[in-house]
Amino acid sequence: MTSRSWDARAEHLWRELAPPVLGAVIRRFHDFAAAEDAVQEALLAATIQWPREGVPDNPRAWLIQVASRRMTDHLRSELARRRRESAAAMQLDQVAPAADIENETDQDDTLILLFMCCHPALSPSSAVALTLRAVGGLTTAEIANAFLVPEATMAQRISRAKHTIKASGVPFRLPTNQERAQRLGAVLHVLYLIFNEGYVASVGPRLQRLELSGEAIRLMRAIHSLLPDNGEVTGLLALMLLTDARRAARTGPDEELIPLAKQNRTLWDQEEISEGIALITATLSKGSIGAYQLQAAVAAVHAEAARAEDTDWPQVLALYELLKHMSGNPMVMLNHAIATAVVRGPSVGLELLNTLDKDGRLTGHHRLDAVRAHLLEMAGDYPAAIAHYRIAAGRTTSLPERNYLMTQAARLSESASR
Amino acid sequence: MKYILMMNTMKAGFDALGAWPKKDIQTHIAFMKGLNKALRESGELVAAEGLAWPDQAKVVRAGKDGTPITDGVFPEAKEFLAGYWIVDVESPERAYAIAAQASAAPGPGGAPLSMPIEVRQVMSGPPEEL
Repeated sequence: MTSRSWDARAEHLWRELAPPVLGAVIRRFHDFAAAEDAVQEALLAATIQWPREGVPDNPRAWLIQVASRRMTDHLRSELARRRRESAAAMQLDQVAPAADIENETDQDDTLILLFMCCHPALSPSSAVALTLRAVGGLTTAEIANAFLVPEATMAQRISRAKHTIKASGVPFRLPTNQERAQRLGAVLHVLYLIFNEGYVASVGPRLQRLELSGEAIRLMRAIHSLLPDNGEVTGLLALMLLTDARRAARTGPDEELIPLAKQNRTLWDQEEISEGIALITATLSKGSIGAYQLQAAVAAVHAEAARAEDTDWPQVLALYELLKHMSGNPMVMLNHAIATAVVRGPSVGLELLNTLDKDGRLTGHHRLDAVRAHLLEMAGDYPAAIAHYRIAAGRTTSLPERNYLMTQAARLSESASR
Repeated sequence: MKYILMMNTMKAGFDALGAWPKKDIQTHIAFMKGLNKALRESGELVAAEGLAWPDQAKVVRAGKDGTPITDGVFPEAKEFLAGYWIVDVESPERAYAIAAQASAAPGPGGAPLSMPIEVRQVMSGPPEEL
């Protein structure tokens, strides 16, 4: 086997095997940080041994065994150290691994690992990093590169996350039924953050970065295969696919942003669209509808329109009505105002923005100004639209978006003076 | 979210630094090293640099043919960037807290300098969707 094809195959194997192996080792030894080190060592041993001697029949069991041996060695030396330091002797047998490798299920372990990495005790950025490391099987260097921070910084973030989990004493088992919905919500939120980070960064010099959206979709597929009947899991996978499908169309040749209405729809990825639509259609018919499903349904309505003017806006509006009742999230209210403006006219949309002003949660947020500018332009009030495009440009923290908003203002003021 | 924390000091401030007692200079340097170490360990440090003193600073403009025209020797009252940190944090409040820590770096006699630290968000990639 050439080293390149081995590398490609090994990479695939690691990413498949790392989470269940890590899960199995944590299950036995109850120490996340040490288990992670042991699994890394086992993977390293495999990189040396497997190309020479061939991949074992049960690579997972092989890795669990090697990692467990490392853990036992680690515990033994730890015990010896403790014995030297105090007289407290612990029976090694109590922590020695059981021999029931085959009885444990990979599936549960991967899920438990996900619940652990996305634990509410962690900050979002720590949960994201830990999930990519432990469940995604990415190296610390790859994750650091993806978030444009130094490797040492990312290593610290991951290591602190592992210690937070250890300190919080979360048991390595599936959450109880009571906790489950809430904890699954946290898992989906982390996956959503990973996807978005990749999606928003997919222009310019950042193209060289590790493809986080693809990674999020891969992990989401794994969760979906474990929980195929969960509507929100299916909904988020569909949302990711339908959003990712527009990737090639959302920026122009000079990396400028192109809004949905102006995108060249022939560039949309039809394979992702069909898969996304099939997923969301199947889950919507099952009842119990959540926010990810509704967002995916909106994305599906857009995806189904061959031209922007063919968009079924009344349906988009109906979906945002539902979302608005469900979440009360001000960003949803903003999107609801846009759909209202298209269906019932810009003045009705602008009235909704006035209610959002009173609500206060979006005060000073550039999106409120950008949407107001857009609706004012629709209403033909160009001077006010220009003013709000400029306010929005001053408030956004996204460079491509600032360029877009300033260009909008310039375009309008030139056409107004003509 | 990433923020840059810019520590600005008067040119006169740089000059005065050379006249601090040795112990105070050492305390100040140790404080800055400790701050960087803490930020590295918390997983928040992206970059930190101190800049050379302004004695050699030049302001450069392009002349008519594009050749550099340099300007130098600045008045005592001019403010200079002394150094900066780029941090990756969970919230703006956290960036302000780090800036306040840096601002309180010890000066002569160990008293906090209360230097002004300008905090600016670093622009990121495009928004979620237009």
